[in-house]
Amino acid sequence: MFQIVKEPIDVSRVIEAVVDRNAGAIVTFIGTVRELTKGKKTLYLEYEAYESMAQKKLEQIGAEIKQQFPNAKVAIVHRIGRLEITDAAVVIAVSTPHRADAYEANRYAIERIKEMVPIWKKEHWEDGSLWIGNQQETISYEKGIPKEMKS
Amino acid sequence: MIRILFFAQLKEQLNKKEMTLPYQEITVKQLRERLEKEYSLPALSSVLFAINEEFAAEDDIIRDGDVVALIPPMSGG
Repeated sequence: MFQIVKEPIDVSRVIEAVVDRNAGAIVTFIGTVRELTKGKKTLYLEYEAYESMAQKKLEQIGAEIKQQFPNAKVAIVHRIGRLEITDAAVVIAVSTPHRADAYEANRYAIERIKEMVPIWKKEHWEDGSLWIGNQQETISYEKGIPKEMKS
Repeated sequence: MIRILFFAQLKEQLNKKEMTLPYQEITVKQLRERLEKEYSLPALSSVLFAINEEFAAEDDIIRDGDVVALIPPMSGG
């Protein structure tokens, strides 16, 4: 299950998608909307995606995990649109025969989402709003595109 | 013709989701320069280009009929 959705995410459905008789562990990550960032109060977030490409990239992350952990099952659902404080923005479930792999694969999935899935978040505060990503101009892609595979 | 898609801050700054340009063949690097110089887009040094939904390198060639997406720094998760 790899989806970009506009409605609240049903966490149990994401977990059910990775249930497996040979699994000894399911690790679930839920990314939620935080109210305070560096002391600044967020009112709500707005997520936007290049949906067709984002969907493909979520599938690619699943394939990368299967390459590293052949017995893993992966499900990732990312929500877009307006999200309120405490809402789940992303849910990742990974099952593997042993827990260490499930933890590692799940961590890998969220890090990869942040670096190569075309989704953007806009923070809205009382005194303004900003698309998050490169406020400090620290990211430059001139040196190259995100690597296709981590070793 | 190539179709160019804008997202997030670029979409807001330009006040449009997409535009079409009459190129037959152009590299990512050339398109980046032309968008900045001839179409007065903001500096695109931190923007990635995707061709037909795959990330592209600077010397990749965009051809007639391709869909190019300008991808500002991503912030999913």
